[in-house]
Amino acid sequence: MTATATALPAAPATPAPVPPAADAKPILQLVGVRKTFGSFAAVDGIDLDIREGEFLTLVGPSGSGKTTLLRMLAGMEAPSEGVLSLRGVRINDTPSSERPTCLVFQSLALFPHMTVGANIEFPLKAKGVAAGARKERALALLDLVRLPRSYYGKNVMQCSGGERQRVAIARALSHDPEILFFDEPLSALDYKLRKVMEKELKDLHRASGKTFVYITHSLEEAMVMSDRIGVMQAGRLVQVGAPEEIYSRPATRFVAEFMGEVNVIEARRAGGVWRAEGIGELKLIPPPELEGADAVAVVVRPEFLRFVDGDADNRLTGEVFNEYALGSRIQYQVRAGAKTYLLELSRAKAWRGEPGQAATIGWDARDAIVAPLA
Amino acid sequence: MRSSAAAGTEASAAAPRKPFRLSRGALAALPVGVTLALGFLAPLATVAAYAFATPKTFDVFRSFTFANFAAVFDPSNTVWTSFVWSIGLAAATAALLAVIAYPIAWGLTRVFGRYAGFVSVLFVFPLFVSENVRLYGWTLFFLKNGVLDGTLKLIGLSGPEVLYTPGMILFGMLYVYLPFMLFPMTLGLAMVPRDLVEAARDLGASRLMIWREVELPLAMPGILIGLLLTFVLAVGAVAESKVLGGQSVIVITHDIEIAFTFAQNWPLGSALALLLTAIVSALSLVALSKLDLDRILGRR
Repeated sequence: MTATATALPAAPATPAPVPPAADAKPILQLVGVRKTFGSFAAVDGIDLDIREGEFLTLVGPSGSGKTTLLRMLAGMEAPSEGVLSLRGVRINDTPSSERPTCLVFQSLALFPHMTVGANIEFPLKAKGVAAGARKERALALLDLVRLPRSYYGKNVMQCSGGERQRVAIARALSHDPEILFFDEPLSALDYKLRKVMEKELKDLHRASGKTFVYITHSLEEAMVMSDRIGVMQAGRLVQVGAPEEIYSRPATRFVAEFMGEVNVIEARRAGGVWRAEGIGELKLIPPPELEGADAVAVVVRPEFLRFVDGDADNRLTGEVFNEYALGSRIQYQVRAGAKTYLLELSRAKAWRGEPGQAATIGWDARDAIVAPLA
Repeated sequence: MRSSAAAGTEASAAAPRKPFRLSRGALAALPVGVTLALGFLAPLATVAAYAFATPKTFDVFRSFTFANFAAVFDPSNTVWTSFVWSIGLAAATAALLAVIAYPIAWGLTRVFGRYAGFVSVLFVFPLFVSENVRLYGWTLFFLKNGVLDGTLKLIGLSGPEVLYTPGMILFGMLYVYLPFMLFPMTLGLAMVPRDLVEAARDLGASRLMIWREVELPLAMPGILIGLLLTFVLAVGAVAESKVLGGQSVIVITHDIEIAFTFAQNWPLGSALALLLTAIVSALSLVALSKLDLDRILGRR
């Protein structure tokens, strides 16, 4: 576990409780990998061990360098600096055609002038496999990605979005790579289909036993599928860890905020007491590495913020001005001074007041995450 | 275009009062329709009518005879050699240009980067000068004691005697029609998505396989348009054979010109023209049937 968190306290260095053991030999190792375009560093020094057989997801907002990183791993872009090694062998300059890897493009990059079968057989044809064996393999792959065998002769452009997705995955698998890279292949699908494909990809990962490296800007997608998640920001990896670890112990405020809608309260220490603007004195439990800090970001997830009539470690009063029904859950926006807080409650615990009324909200110190302010 | 669309809106606004009105689409197509009818169909119809007029007369629309075609197909008539030369030279031009233009088009889309625009202008530039002037320029260049021969004589050598040969006609055609192959082909190659080529390489395909299975088929619409354009233009070419070829070869367009001018036999010229049009149209339709215009225009 080597998260590049320079200037930030390192992520908790506990191995993730995932199937591929943390001490397993890395299949792909990145040391100080950088990629610059002119004076701009798209990828700015990444150290990462990708473990054999794991499902690793790199998440980050657009422009965080995740696609550039993936293209370097796949061999479509050469690193400007650093070393990229596959099972200990440097592969910086190995072209993509000679790497045991395969990339599923965001656009899928299916060959529009070929049938589904010809698309899937393409890598086999490149290897010189005989036509009969090719077809046999293609049909088996159609079964694997749950497409009817009759699709073999269908024009790939006549397939729906989800079907094309499966064809692209089948084509990548027919290349039989050791590592599969995915560049946001689900981004064009509608929500429901995306959910189905996420689970299928996870199944496929388990069934194939191959190493999957996936990039997305959706943390939700990453949480569902991954053994480990790496969070990228401005060309750097700010935290790498198991989904649970990323969720409950974000290394930075950025990671916490990237995890979804959160309430961030800036707190400062004066005379041994933590205070926040508009709230006053705060009770909080900083992690060991922030014991000495004088300013921190207190991150409170909407589900840990609640309406209080009795006891809570921290409390404030504001005006309830918005209510959003999310089905089984309800979100409230509460305005206090210049700040707006977001609460999320189950429907059973719905607030009984009218919009516009004042309410006291609060949270307990153990439910908040204390992260560096930066 | 926009003004005709606006006219269409006005027409539909005033519709209730008129018993007959054109649909908006037909109205929008009206200017093009009129231009085509007057500028394209009318002359063509006239030529077609002349083809059936009494030979060596101007009795168009008043006589009807197959005598002109009978004269063309008469076994003693050697005009078929002109057809062969024209179609042969045009086919050779289109085929050779495909080979010559492909690397340039590939460079324009993949290699030259920000210089691609400048290189394109270099290829367009000759079009700013009249074709005849450029061809006479080549004549002066290759002429005995001309630019090449004269310069070489200074060092005791002599230039090649290439002027007034069929090879020189072909050279002239290649030179004149290069842009008409280059630009459709460049467009065709530009239409090949880069990630498809990257994906093919990633999947282990060799350069040859990528070219044969991905790049070439996907660029084919542009290449076919280039072939069609250069072939049709080259079949109708006359200046190259007259200026660079001297009288070494008579192409069919030259025959047609002679019939209309010196021979004053418009009906024969028209018959030849009609035959040429029929042959070229048939060949073009075969090529067009293999083209998917929707894909070229990005509708799919």
